[in-house]
Order: sequence, then C-alpha cells, then structure tokens
Amino acid sequence: MDGPDVGWYLIVAAALFGIGALGVMLRRSPLIVLLSLEIMLNAANLTLIAFARQHGDLGGQIFALAVMAVAAAEVAIGLGLIVAMARRGMLLDVDQASALRG
Amino acid sequence: MLVVSLTNPFYSALSLIGNLASLAVLFLLLSAEFLAAAQVMVYAGAVMVMFLFVVAYLGGRADAPWAGGPPLLRGAAVVAATALLVQTVVVLALAWGDNLTDPAEIEASFGSPAAIGEAFLTDHLLAFEITSIVLLVAAVGGVVLGTTREKEQEV
Repeated sequence: MDGPDVGWYLIVAAALFGIGALGVMLRRSPLIVLLSLEIMLNAANLTLIAFARQHGDLGGQIFALAVMAVAAAEVAIGLGLIVAMARRGMLLDVDQASALRG
Repeated sequence: MLVVSLTNPFYSALSLIGNLASLAVLFLLLSAEFLAAAQVMVYAGAVMVMFLFVVAYLGGRADAPWAGGPPLLRGAAVVAATALLVQTVVVLALAWGDNLTDPAEIEASFGSPAAIGEAFLTDHLLAFEITSIVLLVAAVGGVVLGTTREKEQEV
C-alpha cells in the first residue's frame, strides 16, 4: 500500500478520540460538546476505513457511511435542542440542564 | 486541539472544518474516494453550515467559558482521556507486525462510488434501509422541535 501502515492511522484515530472525549468531559457548552462528539465519531470512522482497507473489505466503508448518516441525524436533533433551550431562556450549560422538564 | 480549547464556538467550528478536511485526505489515502467526497459534502458542507447558523443565531450567548465541574473532576477527565490514549497505543504496539503491516491486495475500483453502491444495494440492503429510516426520523424530529417552539412563541 502506498502510504503509512494501518497502525499509524489507528494511532491518529486514537488521538482524535481522546481529544474528543476530553472535550465532551471538560466543556460545558452544548455546542462544543456536539463538536467534540463529531470528532469522536470521525475517529471511529477513520478506524473503520483503515481496517476496511487493511482487509480489502467494503463492509467497513459501508459502516462508516452509516455512522456518517447517524452523526448527521444526531447533529440535527442536537442543534434543534440547543435552539429550543436558547429560546426558553435557559442557560446554555450541560451541567445546569439536569431536569427533563423546563 | 483547537476545537476543544477555543472559547468562541465560531472559531471552534471553523477549526473542526479543517480537521474534517484533513480526515477526508486520510480517507483518500486509504482508497475510500467516495467516503472522502461524502465527508467533505456532508460534514464540511451541510453540518458545518448548520453549526455556524446556530452559532450566529445564538450570538453572544453561545460563548462558552472553559470551566467544568470542580477541579477534581476536571483532573479525572484528563486522566481518563490519557488512559484511553495510552491503552490504545500500547495495544497497537503489542499487535504491530502481526496483521497490521501487510494490507490485502485490492483492485483499482475499491472504494469507488460504483463499488460502494453495489455493495450497499446487494450485501447491505438492510443497513441501507435502516439508515434511510434513521434520517427520516431525525428530519421529523427536527421539524417537531421547530414547530412546538413556534406555538410557544405565539402564546
């Protein structure tokens, strides 16, 4: 294969996943938490595609596409929720939003 | 990484675009041409535009100060993320050389839109249908979130 071994891709993906997890755990703004979630999902996508290339199996790429679709859906819902929170005048802080009823 | 650390979500989202674009290049390197194109269009295009719209809509309230929980929890989060990273790297180092070094032979059409489409519609038809239903439900959910807000505003 032209380019680096699969292991390097996996290390990059692990680093990305760690960064994303850090963002989810450390930040309080739901917007940033969503962005960090995107990073984590993309890290998972990178591993899926790396292994698909490694084994010469298209299934991994199909799965990555499905993950992409789920991520898009999740972002749509998440942003809708954030806008709803903002319109109700709630504080945009995931630690404050602990009750299910506004 | 910039996305996590910046306090202005606008700049965060912009740096995430850079991140996603470089990931698309990595996908190309792994001979996943269709996925690279989809990555650029879906993420760097649609999702990011949506993010920027919401950030612009929220205006100043979107600014996110760093803090999060007591210092103990923050330290624990850093430790947990580092442990995750170290764990993965150690496992990789142990497994290196066994299966990780010689990739399978693939033909030139691997990862092309035609190959992806054929695999999707033959072997993975169920996954395809489920994906479409997930997207439909998400769209309906977004619309429901929007309309309830409108009613509240009128009242």
